[in-house]
Amino acid sequence: MTASDTLGRQETAAPAIELKGISKAFGPVQANKDISIRVQPGTIHGIIGENGAGKSTLMSILYGFYKADAGEIFIAGRKTDIPDSQAAIAAGIGMVFQHFKLVENFTVLENIILGAEDGGLLKPSLSKARKTLVELEQEYGLNVDPDAVIQDLGVGMQQRVEILKALYRQADILILDEPTGVLTPAEADQLFRILGRLREEGKTIILITHKLREIMETTDTVSVMRRGEMTATVKTAETSPAELAELMVGRKVLLRVDKKPATPGEVVLDIKGLRVIDEQGVERVKGIDLQVRAGEIVGIAGVAGNGQSELLEVLGGYAVGTGDIVVSGQPLDLSGKHSDGQSRRRSGIAHVPEDRQREGLIMDYHAWENTAFGYHRDPAYSKGLLMDNAAIRRDTVGKMERFDVRPPDPNLAAKNFSGGNQQKIVLAREIERNPDLLLVGQPTRGVDIGAIEFIHQQIVALRDQGKAILLVSVELEEILALSDRVAVMFDGHIMGTRLSAETDEKELGLLMAGVGA
Amino acid sequence: MDVMPKWAEVILVPLISLLLAAILSALVILAIGEDPVAAVKLMVSGALGSTYGWGYTLYYATNFMFTGLAVAIAFHARLFNIGGEGQATLGGLGVALACLYIPWPHWSLALVGATVMAGLFGAAWAAVPAFLQAKRGSHIVITTIMFNFIAAAVLNYVLVNLMRPAGSMDPATARFPEAAHLPTLHDMLTPLGISFSKAAPANVSLLVAVGACILLWVLIWRTKLGYEIRAYGHSESAAKYAGISPVKITMVAMLISGALAGMMAINNVMGEAERLVLNAVEGAGFIGIAVALMGRSHPLGVFLAAILFGFLYQGGAELALWTSIPRELIVVIQALVILFTGALDNMVRMPLERMFLAARMRRAPKPDRKPTTPAQ
Repeated sequence: MTASDTLGRQETAAPAIELKGISKAFGPVQANKDISIRVQPGTIHGIIGENGAGKSTLMSILYGFYKADAGEIFIAGRKTDIPDSQAAIAAGIGMVFQHFKLVENFTVLENIILGAEDGGLLKPSLSKARKTLVELEQEYGLNVDPDAVIQDLGVGMQQRVEILKALYRQADILILDEPTGVLTPAEADQLFRILGRLREEGKTIILITHKLREIMETTDTVSVMRRGEMTATVKTAETSPAELAELMVGRKVLLRVDKKPATPGEVVLDIKGLRVIDEQGVERVKGIDLQVRAGEIVGIAGVAGNGQSELLEVLGGYAVGTGDIVVSGQPLDLSGKHSDGQSRRRSGIAHVPEDRQREGLIMDYHAWENTAFGYHRDPAYSKGLLMDNAAIRRDTVGKMERFDVRPPDPNLAAKNFSGGNQQKIVLAREIERNPDLLLVGQPTRGVDIGAIEFIHQQIVALRDQGKAILLVSVELEEILALSDRVAVMFDGHIMGTRLSAETDEKELGLLMAGVGA
Repeated sequence: MDVMPKWAEVILVPLISLLLAAILSALVILAIGEDPVAAVKLMVSGALGSTYGWGYTLYYATNFMFTGLAVAIAFHARLFNIGGEGQATLGGLGVALACLYIPWPHWSLALVGATVMAGLFGAAWAAVPAFLQAKRGSHIVITTIMFNFIAAAVLNYVLVNLMRPAGSMDPATARFPEAAHLPTLHDMLTPLGISFSKAAPANVSLLVAVGACILLWVLIWRTKLGYEIRAYGHSESAAKYAGISPVKITMVAMLISGALAGMMAINNVMGEAERLVLNAVEGAGFIGIAVALMGRSHPLGVFLAAILFGFLYQGGAELALWTSIPRELIVVIQALVILFTGALDNMVRMPLERMFLAARMRRAPKPDRKPTTPAQ
């Protein structure tokens, strides 16, 4: 394995990884169908696909979490069985998960040796690890203080610790699952520089993502997955984002949002000096002012965890705050008896929450029961003390048709719909309430590209009816495409507000990192 | 998509669990040198072979319906109320007060009054743990079980020091007045021309228990409150999003639960003993947990499971009476049934799910999505 074959053109060398005919079914769902790929050593190979396309399943098979129903795995030319993650590590495979697996109150060094201690006593392992770690950091330019405690580190740093963990276990193959989901654009760029360095040192990298831009910028080759099948493997230099998107979805997609310029009217939402302290006593929102007018979409950009969620929770009525919020001329109760979700709904606020599975839906409830969720006390849905289940079912059938929910079966439990269709159920419920103010959190997280278009169109349509919309998303592209104005949150403050027509990802990226104002 | 059809989930799983428990029990009986077939015959004839047997089976079943429903409603809010024992104890106190100190003109009015008092006392006893859970986060399992012991101590004090008739050596209240005696099944069925054993304790509170099953079904599956309770039980974060108050649901679910457990006292205290004695509940509060588990917290399931456990209780008593199988072994058999139907549920469910899955894969080699609804 030399550094010279970086572009993987040296077909004579054994591929670092070769998968032959991998299949895996979960019950009736075929998650992977006869998948074969070859990844040359010293390259970055991208795997792109929509949610539920089978990317994670494939990688879980490679890392020993699942056992394939059929197929073979070759590592560096040798047929290898990977029954568990120990075997994967022994075969030189390291994995960086989307959600880091670090012990928060341990130091970097302690986390690195966790599970790889040499004996019963900690001291010898630690000193040995310290030496190795320093060498690794120098070799790959990964600067992390070995004695820092994880909870004091930023997400970008924590991710480096995960990479170091894999390298410490002598991984030659590194799998990264959606690594940029929690990073600012600048942090993501740093990550890609590190990955480039690793490639130069002869490591093989598999990058799983659904972001076309990352694929185009960093990978040497890319495989596209759709509905459990590998639809294509191409050299990145020889393809285009539009072609990849089409391969992912199976039809041409609009990557932009078609919308007319906004015609903002009266101020609907007026926030002054809002502060939110969470249950742990940490101040999450540190005094923000924000206005949203009728007929405009205001997007809140920012890396996850900078106070956007808490802002939505206060507006939605399930967190308490201090300050003044006025909606359609009526002041909201922020911490008293009328600060609950029911009162908010009566104030004309509808809310598509950030996490539809934990908040927006009861996953075990049928679609029709979810259609009434939050509005179950509405007279239209009740007969005295009882619920009017027939009326709710009828309403659900109509909503499913208008929002193209598939399958249009009101008696199916929410958990049995795909991510995009679950989101449509939530959207149909909230949008058809005809609210003055719609709060939307992460409208397309975990939603397939086909449904993204539809969801965006619905949000824009509501704006065009003269409603105020507050959008929170960690996808900068989505914020730029949908919003008329963008406010950037960092560390509980609003760093700046820009008209989306007059700004770009670079400027917003700096604001998101807390630079300038 | 659910792996198993509903009938398999609701009927097959408990039935197989029951069968396994029966087989194991048979082996235990065999091991101590008795005849399991004869034992089963004796249990069946003892519990179901005569109106006397039925009278006892249904009497026990009535107790278990109340306590089973109590556990079931709390389960729907994902609260584990194991304080049924204490709540039923306090319910007994409420019944005794109602029957001894209010001069009822007729048993039907006495029944209404006693039911209300039993429910109030049971609910009050559940209210403290519920409040601590809702407001302070003190775990309800710990507090309700503590309250069982406190309830026993309270009853002991009240019976010995306050309610014991002067001169009596027995820690029990005086007998309830005639007007507070509930009609037994014998009294109720004789006018209809059906002869029913006079000695059996099953009484009109069986009908109250059945009514409670129906009302609870309506509450859970048809009312807004039931919708909120179930939503809270499935996901607290979603409930908060929807504006459903966790404090309110915790309190309400536990008050209903406590009231149902307390209402058991109209059967055992008012219907059978006709006075309040120490340890009147006799473990029915705990059996309620098994009944709710086996009945999947569904009122119909609770009804059927309560009758099963009534049968086991009465059949077990007959075994102890007529064979040399020791009393302790009866407890072992009952424990096996609880173990298999309640705790080891997944042991039966998992292989069964795999079988159904395999069968379905054979029938439909392609993923069985409906052809009219292509996933996009």
